[in-house]
Amino acid sequence: MSSIISLSGIQKYYGDYHALRGIDLEIKQGEFFSLLGPSGCGKTTLLRVIAGFEGVSEGVLLLDGADMARVPANKRPTNMVFQSYAIFPHLTVGQNVAFGLRKKGLSKDDMAKAAAEALEMVGLAGYGDRAAHALSGGQRQRVALARALVLKPKVLLLDEPLSALDKKMREQMQSELRRLQRQVGITFILVTHDQEEALIMSDRIAVMFEGEIAQMASPQELYRRPATRRVGEFIGVMNFLEAKQTGTSEKTISFDVEGLGAAEIGIDQFPEGARASADVVGLRPEALSILFEGQKTSGRVADATVQDLAYYGDMTYYEVTLEGSSTPVTISMKNLISRPVLERGTKTRVQWDERSLVIFAA
Amino acid sequence: MNWLRVYAIVYLVFLYLPVLLLPVFSFNDATVIAFPLQGFTTQWFKELAGISALHGALKNSLFIGIVSATLSTILGICAARASTRYRFPFKAPIMGAIMLPLVLPEIIVAVSLLVVLMQLGFSLTSWTVIMGHTLICTPFAIAILSSSFQGLDQSLEEAAVDLGETRWGAFSKIILPLVTPGIVASFLIAFTISMDEFIIAFFLTGADPTLPVYIWSQLRFPKRLPSVMALGTLLIVASLVLLSVAEYFRRRGIRRTGAKDSGGFL
Amino acid sequence: MLLLLAVPLATIFAFSFWSQDFLSIDRTLTLKNYREAFTDPIYRVFLLRSLWISGVVTVVTVVLAFPIAYFVSFHVPPERKALWIFLITIPFWTSYLLRAFLWKVILGFNGVLNSGLLGLGIIDEPLTFILYNTNAVVITLAHAFAPFTILPIYVALEKIDRSLLEASQDLGEGTARTFFRVTLPLAMPGVVAATLIVFIPTIGDYVTPRLVGGPDGLMIANMIQTQFLKLNNAPMGAALSVLAMGAVTLISLIFLFANRRFLK
Repeated sequence: MSSIISLSGIQKYYGDYHALRGIDLEIKQGEFFSLLGPSGCGKTTLLRVIAGFEGVSEGVLLLDGADMARVPANKRPTNMVFQSYAIFPHLTVGQNVAFGLRKKGLSKDDMAKAAAEALEMVGLAGYGDRAAHALSGGQRQRVALARALVLKPKVLLLDEPLSALDKKMREQMQSELRRLQRQVGITFILVTHDQEEALIMSDRIAVMFEGEIAQMASPQELYRRPATRRVGEFIGVMNFLEAKQTGTSEKTISFDVEGLGAAEIGIDQFPEGARASADVVGLRPEALSILFEGQKTSGRVADATVQDLAYYGDMTYYEVTLEGSSTPVTISMKNLISRPVLERGTKTRVQWDERSLVIFAA
Repeated sequence: MNWLRVYAIVYLVFLYLPVLLLPVFSFNDATVIAFPLQGFTTQWFKELAGISALHGALKNSLFIGIVSATLSTILGICAARASTRYRFPFKAPIMGAIMLPLVLPEIIVAVSLLVVLMQLGFSLTSWTVIMGHTLICTPFAIAILSSSFQGLDQSLEEAAVDLGETRWGAFSKIILPLVTPGIVASFLIAFTISMDEFIIAFFLTGADPTLPVYIWSQLRFPKRLPSVMALGTLLIVASLVLLSVAEYFRRRGIRRTGAKDSGGFL
Repeated sequence: MLLLLAVPLATIFAFSFWSQDFLSIDRTLTLKNYREAFTDPIYRVFLLRSLWISGVVTVVTVVLAFPIAYFVSFHVPPERKALWIFLITIPFWTSYLLRAFLWKVILGFNGVLNSGLLGLGIIDEPLTFILYNTNAVVITLAHAFAPFTILPIYVALEKIDRSLLEASQDLGEGTARTFFRVTLPLAMPGVVAATLIVFIPTIGDYVTPRLVGGPDGLMIANMIQTQFLKLNNAPMGAALSVLAMGAVTLISLIFLFANRRFLK
């Protein structure tokens, strides 16, 4: 598959402020790609660079192979869904959707037809004559989508499109966006600060901190093998335990891990091309499990004490300390009918697996 | 809180007292402005039609009002857009200086303009009054238009560009229609201020007086007072019509954008 | 636009240091005008009287306006607020000149008030303390600037989160103490704005003192006008303008400084 977007060495300065510090990025045709990071990391700036609202200080941006350096925003084959949706309040829904079609030289009938189709696609068939300002948040979102998609852009840019919706609506729109993207086959680039949203929706995610891409990978890869401690912390929950390197062999490295003891970690568990940072290992809450009474174990076991717990209905999150360590460790357990919910102060045993330990790049 | 309501009503009477007397005396069949009333007449209104100096002053005031309102609204659009959209060095002091005439006593504006014009050897004409009026109306225009421009989502304009419009197309198709109510309001308020302004016109006017300057000259002649009252009544009616038009545009603007009605002008 | 403002102000400043002999202007710098302004009692009287009248007008206007703003903001149902504000502003779309003149008609010896009260038998002879003096000037200006004080205070009151008042009562304060400890301090930015909006322009008012002030109610603006247009002493007029502006600025700054804790 060919790259629809190719960024190389993109630098962006605002005065002295270095907003983008050398971004290299290839996005494939038809991909659902997310830019994920905390606010101020440069993800929105990068999106606006692609849209053409911001120039670059240095670097090359190719869109479908064409250099975009001298192409203004209104001539680029990209369209954007704005965070505030930017629905024109003085126009009807239909006029909003048809807004960009006027430049395409279509007949009035063709325009109306295209707008109606686009509205149908987002589930707003028959809304064309409504006043735009009378719509609910979710409906505005759909109009913004229809307005952008009706122009059949090569790339659709979405700037935190779901952040203004409530939780239920957001979840519904997430799956709908996904479905829509598969249906139209257009490359989507989503900017979000919500890691869960990025994991659910994307084919690939670039995690950004301070104007740089910290890691770019599939959701699974990102979750299972975060390249740095910071990425691991940002995506999901991650426990960190101190570790000392005690030896190496051809395929494994031996560590002495705080509270867990000796561990042999396979070379293939290191991030690609990186040298292991030897002072800390990470493990996800589900990589540990509490051994309830009478349960048999298949892996390694450590002693622990329950310090605190949060009951979520389907899950319980325990905060435990391991024997010989004071670092709190979070463990997530599915609540089954056969399992009691442990109380604070309970002594218990936890089971873990060497294969689920994560080593970070130095 | 009954006493507060009573106070409010007394206060309103205080506010309306002089304004309500105007029509009362303009229909009163007596040359002395005093109670008791002497009977009903429309002769003072008929008299107005025959005073050519008044007609000249009215025409002059309308001309000055329209030109000043247009100039200050255009300046207001530029300034409001610049201050809400762009960052530039010394923005705060520059905007502060432009808004200064809002709080500067008008007599100061009047005499300082007069001094400069005298020094530069300009003769006093309607255009010198227009200069002064544009100076004092622009801050009002900026204040009204800034709130129109500030209420706009910045990404509306970007969205239009994103959908293929040029910068100018986005401005004319999206921004302009959305701020039209503000522009109308700004124009009407600037026009009203200019029509009503006395002291600057008094200092800067040449051979052709404006309406307030004309009225001022008439106040000295007791015999002319009833017709001045009649003139005042007509002016009130005219302002009420203008105000209603302005209010209509404001409401329409609100309706069109679906914003919440947050009260009147200013 | 900036030049249009800056050049005149600079010129007037320069002028105030020059002197004029009939129609010719002497451009040697001199402090003569200022010396005269400070030593000649007539100028001092005018300046001090102007400041005094402006001060009184400001206090009267703001004190009278606050309850109205409070009433509209707190006791008028939301859908009727716009109507009230509209009602308050309407009278001010009529000619300022005529409004000032009408106060003369109302307050005069044979005026509406006196003839009305006489006719009703409330008084036996016309009241004379209400025209051609500072009282008349204060009444007329308090009327003229009413909406300019009501609106900023109203806006400040509208901004107050109503739950703050409930919180205060929840914490044990009564209605009156809630007003003084919560409402009033939060409305202060509006009060400060209203004060300045009235105080600064009234100093320069020309029409009202001329129409209703009589000889004892004339203000600095009348003197400035006389210097410029009647006595052909523009430099003296300029010096008085600069002094008036300076005094206003100084008092406004002191006032702002005194209220700085409300204006964060």
